[in-house]
Amino acid sequence: MSQTATMAGSAPDTSVGVEPRGPRPKPFFTPTKIIIYSVLVFFTLYFLFPLYVMVVTSFKTMPEIRFGNIFAFPNQINFDAWIKAWTSACTGLTCEGLSPGFWNSVKITIPSTIVSIFIAAVNGYALINWRFKGSELFFAILIFGSFIPYQVFLYPLVMITREMGIFGTLQAVIIVHTIFGMPILTLLFRNYFGSLPQELFKAARVDGAGFWRIFFEIMLPMSLPIFVVALILQVTGIWNDFLFGVVFAGTKNLPMTVQLNNIVNSAQGTPEYNVNMAATVLTGLVPLIIYFVSGKLFVRGVAAGAVKG
Amino acid sequence: MQHSVSIRDLSLNFGNVKVLETLNLDIEQGEFIVLLGPSGCGKSTLLNCIAGLLDVSAGQIFINGKNVTWEEPKDRGIGMVFQSYALYPQMTVERNLSFGLRVAGMKKEEIERRVARAAEILQIQPLLGRKPANLSGGQRQRVAIGRALVRDVDVFLFDEPLSNLDAKLRSDLRVEIKRLHARLKNTMIYVTHDQIEALTLADRIAIMKNGVIQQLADPHTIYNKPVNLYVAGFIGSPSMNFIEGTLDGSSFTAEDGTAIPVATYDFADKSKAAGKAVLGVRPEHILLGEEAARMPYNAEVEIEIVEPMGSDTLAWTKIAGRPVTFRAASDVHLEAGQKLVVGFDPARGSFFSSDTTERL
Repeated sequence: MSQTATMAGSAPDTSVGVEPRGPRPKPFFTPTKIIIYSVLVFFTLYFLFPLYVMVVTSFKTMPEIRFGNIFAFPNQINFDAWIKAWTSACTGLTCEGLSPGFWNSVKITIPSTIVSIFIAAVNGYALINWRFKGSELFFAILIFGSFIPYQVFLYPLVMITREMGIFGTLQAVIIVHTIFGMPILTLLFRNYFGSLPQELFKAARVDGAGFWRIFFEIMLPMSLPIFVVALILQVTGIWNDFLFGVVFAGTKNLPMTVQLNNIVNSAQGTPEYNVNMAATVLTGLVPLIIYFVSGKLFVRGVAAGAVKG
Repeated sequence: MQHSVSIRDLSLNFGNVKVLETLNLDIEQGEFIVLLGPSGCGKSTLLNCIAGLLDVSAGQIFINGKNVTWEEPKDRGIGMVFQSYALYPQMTVERNLSFGLRVAGMKKEEIERRVARAAEILQIQPLLGRKPANLSGGQRQRVAIGRALVRDVDVFLFDEPLSNLDAKLRSDLRVEIKRLHARLKNTMIYVTHDQIEALTLADRIAIMKNGVIQQLADPHTIYNKPVNLYVAGFIGSPSMNFIEGTLDGSSFTAEDGTAIPVATYDFADKSKAAGKAVLGVRPEHILLGEEAARMPYNAEVEIEIVEPMGSDTLAWTKIAGRPVTFRAASDVHLEAGQKLVVGFDPARGSFFSSDTTERL
């Protein structure tokens, strides 16, 4: 019986010579795969190449750079440029390197991130779970805010912070960052909380929990992925910010990006390319580390927050 | 004795959509009420209104004589069980059970005592240290019931609690809920679209359609004396057979001219028993063979299809030109094409007016 069955089944395949059985073979070198991987490799190189040049240049000495081979590997690994960028490069009038700017950026980023994420999480939670009259309109206006260019708000915000007496202080930058983080973060949290089962919220209400109790004990413990997304968005966004830092922070609190600009765009003396490169890599390091550490959670969270629009 | 739950002229609108319309319902102490209807009939909405999770548009809700229309859910003396269980995923079973009590600021010993009692009743003691993710569907639903149990409330609300379970677990838990009710004697309001659950569990069933209660009665009355065509067609599986025709005092003439004597039928108002009408007969009320010969109406028919169901057999045929199913014991041999005599007593059926669809 089985003999005839296999005979019948394999008859059309005699040219191939293999009787199909078990998992279908998946050859690696198919035209589709070759195209996909070539494109991926090409773009990976395309984006990695400038990074390579930067890192290599930062380890060279100036005479070696003047020699001209920007793609060549350094003759000798030399950390002088990194040390100078961190401790003694001139950023405008002072020559203390990037380190004060780094700490200023830390002082701006940490509170701005925490405050903006917390407020946005409460906003999103209230908008989806405690709907009030006009909550949809409120949300629409909030989202509309994200379409207006920052520059439009700049002068009014300068006036407002000046009237509040905090212009040129850390508080001013923190408040501004919190305001501008609000639309996108609220949207993110609202959609995420909306994707959690409504019955959980109802059950907690029947159990007698109030607004804050449900938020802290039921909602927050379920929200790690979306918090990671918000964290990455805010840390990278605020860390990379230049405009608000230079306008609102005041000369004492200028963030790292502003000082980097002062080093790189300095009009005095010969440009020290190795120091510029080292300073740039140093400035970009924080967002880079954040991405590497939380990449997986980031993807999961973005997917979770985006499902329902 | 005061009612356990009273609903007075309750209305609920979402914008222009009327979900519930001036609805009245009185539920006795310790009664098991099932709200039954297709999806979108407003039964879950009504339950949410009783729980206080939805604000009503008009009317009042009383629980144990107290007007709770404006009260928060926690102050209404209710416990609720949801279809999706709604267990707090990050808490252990024990923390899930005690959450409401901790919110209320109850003493630790009292919380422990109540959790232990609920765990004992529901036999979930071995699960207390686990997280909901590590429980099966049936276990989760038990914990969800436990969460209502520990609150020591007067009224239990069930929102389709068994709909997410597979068929076997569903019938097991159904019996357990019935046992629980027998033991606790609380008032229970139970929403479902499953008529078997409704018929097996309820003291009284409220059949709803478009936000209006069609009939509120015990399962026997609902099944045997449905008040209108909708209820008659909704309850019963396989559903009731309907034959359209005309009534005139002493007999019912089907559309194809078949006459069916109605002398034995107990009309609610004999004077109105005239004009276009629909006769409804349940499949199990159609008898075969010798029994059929003794019935007021009988006829020889040909079987079209046979569906063996194990415990009994369902057969399709035509009576008075209409497709009709009837139920036979599984040991009676039936096959397609076979001719046999079937008959029924219209007294066990129901007549409905074609105009109003009301029972005659």
